[in-house]
Amino acid sequence: MSVKKFIVGNFYDEAVLFPAVKKVRRAGYKIHDVYTPFPIHGLDKEMGLKDTSLHVAGFIYGITGTTTAVSFITWALTVDWQINFGGKPFFSLPAWIPITFELTVLFAAVGMVLTFCWLCQLAPFVKKDHFNPRSTDDTFVMAVECTDKTSEAEGIAFLQSVGASEVSVQYRETGWWLGRYDRDTTRFGKKVEAAV
Amino acid sequence: MSSIRENFAPTKKYNTLAFALMAVGIISIIALYISTHGGTGNEEEKKLQDARFWASLMQNSVFFLLIVNAAMFFICATTLAWGGWQLSFRRVTEAVSACVPVLGVIAAAILLSIAFGSNHTIYHWTDAEHVKHDAILDAKKGFLNKGFYTTVTLLTVILWSVLGWKMRQMSRKLDNEPLKTMEEKKKYIWNNTVWAAVYIVVFSLTIMSSLPWLWLMSIDAHWYSTMYSWYTFASSFVAGVALMTLFVVYLKNNGYLQYTNNEHLHDLGKFMFAFSIFWTYLWFSQFMLIWYANIPEETVYFKPRVEGAYSGIFWIMFLINFIAPLLILMSRDAKRNYTTITFMAVLIIFGHWLDFYQMVFPSISKNPPLMIADFGVALGFVGLILFLVGRTLSKYPLVPKNHPFIKESLIHHT
Repeated sequence: MSVKKFIVGNFYDEAVLFPAVKKVRRAGYKIHDVYTPFPIHGLDKEMGLKDTSLHVAGFIYGITGTTTAVSFITWALTVDWQINFGGKPFFSLPAWIPITFELTVLFAAVGMVLTFCWLCQLAPFVKKDHFNPRSTDDTFVMAVECTDKTSEAEGIAFLQSVGASEVSVQYRETGWWLGRYDRDTTRFGKKVEAAV
Repeated sequence: MSSIRENFAPTKKYNTLAFALMAVGIISIIALYISTHGGTGNEEEKKLQDARFWASLMQNSVFFLLIVNAAMFFICATTLAWGGWQLSFRRVTEAVSACVPVLGVIAAAILLSIAFGSNHTIYHWTDAEHVKHDAILDAKKGFLNKGFYTTVTLLTVILWSVLGWKMRQMSRKLDNEPLKTMEEKKKYIWNNTVWAAVYIVVFSLTIMSSLPWLWLMSIDAHWYSTMYSWYTFASSFVAGVALMTLFVVYLKNNGYLQYTNNEHLHDLGKFMFAFSIFWTYLWFSQFMLIWYANIPEETVYFKPRVEGAYSGIFWIMFLINFIAPLLILMSRDAKRNYTTITFMAVLIIFGHWLDFYQMVFPSISKNPPLMIADFGVALGFVGLILFLVGRTLSKYPLVPKNHPFIKESLIHHT
């Protein structure tokens, strides 16, 4: 939850974007993110993004579901309320496997969806700042984060030199926030650019 | 594409290993024959000993025939789906599937000798005297008879061989006659699709339904399971993918297949992982319904397997075929690691060999026969496959560079 200063460049071609990402990183600038209208294979590697840990989370949710199902059914059918099903032993693991499987899948699926929403900061009514609304349509938008030492003019000139157009400096909120795009120009007490 | 090593040449070590394994196989067969024949005992025991010998040959020949045939299923399934990613190592799968005619003849010879032999211990239904007094087998006579058995066995081996040959031939033809126009390419893909579809129909009518019923399930002729053929198919396919993966890894380690990379290996690993789970699903579907209903005519199949002398093999097999792939192959890094993937491929082939072992033997004899000789026979078949695959690989270029979809495989990315 913090408003930061960014230098934002727009690209109209993937073939320009890829070398630009490489050059910007090599020059020592910190790329906050690159917004694209569609997923681009290999861009994550080019940007040096780490692999997601979502699958590890999924595994943990899965075994939680397995454990929950097995331990609950075991307790219910062998300790709390023993029922004789056609002479089968009270502890009848094969019969419980389908339910155990379903609960594993349920825990893993629901848990992963919620984790994904949390990681991507998605939720109903929650807003996130756009650097350029056209990144949802036809433009690749690269946001470079400014630190105290970054010279604005140099950064703009560098982005332009690697092929970016309409380079601008913007103050934007990096996290999610509640409110309206058309009215709010402050985030958590700090001023940002108008969204629309 | 000029600088890559296009032609595989089996090293001396490779061929020596293949021949050594084949020698081990032949020695094992002889040792098994001597140890099971010439013993003392009554007629009943002698027949049982003889059945053990044939059961070992049958289990091994059927298992290895089905896993090499799974390679052709892989080719046809990917062709039907218009897949392109597998093309960089497609020649390896073609070479594995090229073992089908040889192994098919061996398996058919063994199976027909069992069916037409005088010893009816393995196939009770071949004994005409016995069937007369057996109401269940008498009712199944329309399906379980020598004529139908022979027809299906021969037809299967011939169709698998011929259709497989056709698929391989279409692929090899491109090496010398590149396709020039878009129209030609479209026509080529269409032809491939049609032949692949024909093969898949034959495949589903054989291994996915009638064949395991006749070859394996009829050992317990009274018993039946609707899951059996699917279960056999899953077993053979996952072991087949493991076999192809081993050859791909071997070629990669020796500097061939430059266009096959971790992405392709990852997908092969996914196949091994997914079909291990699929196998478990079918295994469990068969097991649980029988366990739950608890009807004697059905539980008769699991009684000698889950309890008694075979229970160790049964549970080890389950551990290897389900728990190990589930835990070890789950992560992305494991599927991209040559060591893990090789280890798992060997383990999976061994696990499904054990699976076939417990499909065949517990119905024949109450006590597990000495397994060392059976391993020996299995090694013989491995040697034969090594030799045949090596020979086929060395005959044709390793990359089908004129295939219209080859680019998809070169830039493949998961």
